[in-house]
Parts: sequence; structure tokens; C-alpha cells
Amino acid sequence: MASRRRSTYPYWFVLPAAVVFVTLFLVPTVASFWFSMTRWDLFKAEFIGWDNYRQFFKEPFLIQGLVNTLIYAVLTSATKTVLGLLLAVLLTSGLWMQGFLRSVVFFPVLVSTIGVGITFAALMHPTKGVINLALGYLGIDGPAWLSDPALALYSVALIDIWKGVGLATLIYIAGLAAISPEYYEASRIDGATRWQQFWRVTVPLVRPATVTVVTLSLIGGLRSFDIIWATTKGGPGFASDVLASVIYKQYQAGFYGLATAGNVILFLLIAAIILPLTWWFNKREVDL
Amino acid sequence: MSLRRTAATRRNTGLLALAVATVVFILPFLFIFLTAVKTKQEAALLLFTWPEQWQLWQNLVDVVKTRNYMLLLAYFNSTVITAGAVALLVIFGAMVGYVLQRRPSGWNRLIYACVLIGLMVPPAVVPTIWVLQGLNLFKTIHGMILIQVAYGLAFSVLLYRGFISTIPRDLDEAAVIDGAKPWQVFFKVILPLLKPVTVTLVVVQSIAIFNDFTNPLYYLPGKDNVTVQLTLFNFQSQFQSQFNLLFMNILLVTIPPLLVFVFFNRQIVAGMTAGAVKG
Repeated sequence: MASRRRSTYPYWFVLPAAVVFVTLFLVPTVASFWFSMTRWDLFKAEFIGWDNYRQFFKEPFLIQGLVNTLIYAVLTSATKTVLGLLLAVLLTSGLWMQGFLRSVVFFPVLVSTIGVGITFAALMHPTKGVINLALGYLGIDGPAWLSDPALALYSVALIDIWKGVGLATLIYIAGLAAISPEYYEASRIDGATRWQQFWRVTVPLVRPATVTVVTLSLIGGLRSFDIIWATTKGGPGFASDVLASVIYKQYQAGFYGLATAGNVILFLLIAAIILPLTWWFNKREVDL
Repeated sequence: MSLRRTAATRRNTGLLALAVATVVFILPFLFIFLTAVKTKQEAALLLFTWPEQWQLWQNLVDVVKTRNYMLLLAYFNSTVITAGAVALLVIFGAMVGYVLQRRPSGWNRLIYACVLIGLMVPPAVVPTIWVLQGLNLFKTIHGMILIQVAYGLAFSVLLYRGFISTIPRDLDEAAVIDGAKPWQVFFKVILPLLKPVTVTLVVVQSIAIFNDFTNPLYYLPGKDNVTVQLTLFNFQSQFQSQFNLLFMNILLVTIPPLLVFVFFNRQIVAGMTAGAVKG
């Protein structure tokens, strides 16, 4: 008999997952720091130091991509959080056809992003599109949603919110269900109004759901690519380019080193936003 | 009196919510359907009107025949990738979640760090292509499957770890006393008990992988490797004057998630809200 009994939970169980994850995720991630400092054609990498990063922060359209990423992520995440909570409160208040309404709000989450993008590109057509025709009936001169450079990024963000708000709502509904009704009863006896109940009971107690919604939607927003690619391809010009679409464009153009530098910047941006946020969320949890 | 008024308010709010939800969330889908059954000329108007002439079947046949039945190949490829990746995600994810939950050790911190990295860090695309080329996996279906596994593992491990903590250890110990080897304990005792969470994982990941556009775009170029989402994207430029066929294609990619949603609503909700309550 061996000196040590073999565990019922052997470490080799982790091995298949670890091999795939390390080879196809960790190795490329670590390698990206090196390749981002090279001029690279996939076969030969020539070290050029910080040149790619310098270029990234020098070219106006690359900087715009960075700024757009931040605007897009903050805007979509904030709207999904606020709208999601309001919709969840509405859809747990015992409305008529509540279950059906929940399904209707949630379904776009499951639909192909490319399909949604193409559909809204048609609906948002400046002259023929259904949205502007409907606005026209109301006497409003609808804008050129996706082809006006000043508006394109926000129009795409609007489509993203339409598609994603159902997930935020769903998470908030689960969060609301976990709040004990006793809190509402107690506050009602103390004479709290519905408004006070919302701010003093619902908002603080639904915090775990808020943390999830904010974190998920921020990460998703910062990495957003397919909805933008299906609607504007970053255009007109570079008006709605974000980091992920810039990376793809540099990759298509064969600037692999520059594309990888963009990837590292995106990674650092996400880490710089999400890590302090998580830390702050956890700290507040201790205070409560 | 006040009770009756709340009931009335509730019904009115419900009706209002229903009206808004219909306009905002249902009309776009109706628009897809109506455009998909119109003639080429009528669809090009992009109007929200009832079709003057229905040609659902004709459009369906036309879109399937396009570019030498490309859509059928795309459906085949997407199905193979989704099925392969989801099968591996179930087994690999459950194995890691099992050891992670059952055997506390210093390694667990490392595994959790990897899970966090997997959930947060955007994949480094070009270096990944470089690795795939080195392994002769670039532009291959099995390479694509492994990529989807690598990207989906973190979620899978978390989901399984949470569920395994609700299964009593006595079961493992009883099986060991009966002479089961470790792999038998896992595959014959534990894995069957994980069925509820497995269904959830299968449904949620299938939809995610079937709908994935970005990863096949980078890692699976080439005419023979088309996936459903890429075909749709490519048809966007080909069908610029044939909106009826473009929207028929959108309709076709929307039906699978709709069916899954109808049959697995509960599991989807469970998967998507995992972790929302405990934080």
C-alpha cells in the first residue's frame, strides 16, 4: 500500500481544461505583451520598443477610438443598469400579463447580434426607415441615425441597450426576489412612501444584482464589436470606431503588432476600470 | 374603494406597459417577418406594411440556394462547433468545478485567478492566431471548438462549482467505500446528479456559441468554414437590393433561439442570473 492514500479528487481532473485554457488563452495573452512591441507579420517579429503604443496615442482616429470606447461603455452600462432596475420593479409589481412582458423584454438578448444590427440599420434608414417615418407623422424631423458622424456612436449604443436591457432586467428580477418582504412591511408600518421604499429598501438591498449588472455590462461595453461592425463598421469615417473595431481594422490591414498593442490597451483599460470598481463594491459591502 | 383603485391602476399600467413593449420590442421582429415574405421590389421600400404578395416559400428556397447552398453548409458548421464545444465545456467545466469545490488547497487560488482572468480579459486575437497556426489549428473547425472551450470555461467552472457545493460529500464517500475509483465516482455518481445545471449550461452556451460572430471572423476564415452569423454578415453586402432574402436569413437565424427560449425558459433564467443574488 502506498504511504499516502490517493485522493478521491485527483488533480488530473483539472488537466484537460488547464491545457486548453493555458494554450489558447493564457499563452496568447502573455505573448501579446511581447508582440505589441514588434513589427510583426506572424512569421518574423522585429522589436521596435514602444513605437506601436506611441502611434496609438498619436493618431487622432486611434485616440478617438479609445474615447469612443469609454463613452460607449459608460453610456450603455449606466442606461442598462437604471432601465433594468426600473423595468424589474415594474415587472415584479403584479402587472397584467407580467410573465409575457418579461419574455418580450428578455428575448432580444438571445437573438443574433448581426441580425439585430442589420434590422436596425434598415429601421434607422434616414429617409426610408420606419423610425423616421413614424417620427415624421408626429411632426418630428428624424435625424440620420447611423450616417450622421455626431450621432452614429449614440445610435449604435441605443441598439445595444435595446438588445441588452433584458439581461439587466432579468438579473434585477432575481435580485428583487431575494429581498425579504418583511423589509417592505416594516417600512410601510413606519409610514414610508413608495418612493422612500424604493430608495431606502430596494436600492440598497438589491446591491448584489447591481454589482453584477454594472460589472457585466461594463466589460461587455468595453469589448463591444459585433453590433458596431454590423451597423456602421466604425463609420462614418472613424466616428463610431471603438478599440475592438480599431483592432480588427489594423489586423485586416496587416499591422499585427499595432493590432496587438490595441489589444493590450483594451486589456489594461478593462483592468483599470473593473479592478478598482470591484474593490470599491467589496469595500462598501463591509460597511453595510 | 382604494383596493379597487389599485386594481384599476394596475390594469392600466399593465396595458400601457404592454403597448410600449409591443412597439419597442415586438414590432422590430414583426418587421423582420413581414420583410422576409415580401417580393424583392416591395421589401426594398423598407416599409412597415402588410405584404401585397406573400412569397415565404419562394424566399426561403432562394436564400437557401444562394451561393451554392452556402447557408446549409453554414448551419452544419455552426451545429458541429456548438455541439463539440458545449460537450467539452460540460465535461471539462464539471471536472474542474468538482475538484475546486471538494479539495480545498493552495491551488484553488490559482484556479480562481484563472477564472477571473477568463471572465474579464479580452482575448489577444493576433497572438491567438499565431498559436493556432503553430498547432495547425488555424482555419479548422476543431480549432474553433477548442477556442470556444477556452473562452467559455470560466463561466462553466463557476456554474458547476456553485452547484456541486449543494451535493453532499457522503455520496462520494459511499461510492469510494463501495470500491469506486475516482473517475468512476465522478462520471457515474456526481455527473448524473449535475443534470439540472448541465441543462442550463448547455442552453446558455449553445446560444452564445451559435450567435458568436467575432471569433469565427478571426479564427475561421475561408469559404468552406462559414458559420451562420458570418453568412448573414456576408449576405448583407450581397443582398443590398434583395432585402426580402436578407431578412429571410435573419428570420432563419432567429428561429432557433426562439425555440430554445420557448422550451428552456427556466434554465436560461437560471443560467443568466447565476451569481446575481449572492454577488
